[in-house]
Amino acid sequence: MRWIWIDKFIEFQSGRRAVAVKNVTLAEEHLHDHFPGFPVMPECLMIEGMAQTAGILVGEAKNFEEKVILAKISKAVFFDFVVPGDSLRLEAQIGTISPEAASTNGRITRENQLIAEIELMFSHIDQNLAGKKFPEENFVFTGMFTSLLRDVVLESTPGDSPRTEPCG
Amino acid sequence: MAMSRDEVFQKVQEVLVDALGVDDDEVTAEATLMGDLGAESIDFLDIVFRLEKAFAMKVPREELFPAEGLLNDPELVSNGKLTDKGLTELRERVPHTDLTEFEKDPDINKLADLFTVNAIVNYVDGRLNAA
Repeated sequence: MRWIWIDKFIEFQSGRRAVAVKNVTLAEEHLHDHFPGFPVMPECLMIEGMAQTAGILVGEAKNFEEKVILAKISKAVFFDFVVPGDSLRLEAQIGTISPEAASTNGRITRENQLIAEIELMFSHIDQNLAGKKFPEENFVFTGMFTSLLRDVVLESTPGDSPRTEPCG
Repeated sequence: MAMSRDEVFQKVQEVLVDALGVDDDEVTAEATLMGDLGAESIDFLDIVFRLEKAFAMKVPREELFPAEGLLNDPELVSNGKLTDKGLTELRERVPHTDLTEFEKDPDINKLADLFTVNAIVNYVDGRLNAA
């Protein structure tokens, strides 16, 4: 099982921005405990959903060759509860991307109402942590993520090396 | 770009408040990034990215935090202290930092104290005036 908190991408501009959707449903078991009689989507899972939206955007920018790890939540502000039946739109933009890391700005909305603002930092771990070794295979971008991109056409930016499929 | 040292300091202060989630009165000129303001390694990159935006310039990480690269070289570090060669190298790499105190006891753990708010202001100020 893989922990996935977005349903699919609906827009994807390589190296710039991506939009994903998440439909919240009462079939998600944790909502019955969070909270009994008052189901609301935990804010930490919205951060995870944004981390996946922005993380795939950052990974795709380098053809999924880097292991992209969430390194820092620079900002996370929430403006309303999210309940079963809500459709969320998660929009992520790359602020800066360098060989070692990337910063992203994100907004979550529900029918044009602002739900959250989330800024994140991602690390390309093979370029950091001086000398520490990680497995050769890219354990971040596995096949599960490919299905999220089924509805969007990835446009290569000029100068990119030939695109490789995420492994898995 | 004409900008006074005070203006540079104010912008650097804003960058550090945003990057480290600290209050602006904590960001004094003498405050150390790691010891006083709680910065960790990823924060250094965050600071670099934000400085690039704030001052519209490219900031190579090794120029702003040049001492990071010295620590793994056995010629430059011995018994947890910088060797004479290491000190010479450090002086070359951080012309914008005051090393008088550090040179008395060049313990590498104290290298962290060299990363001060002032060092960033000096660096940015130098870049803007050289341009």
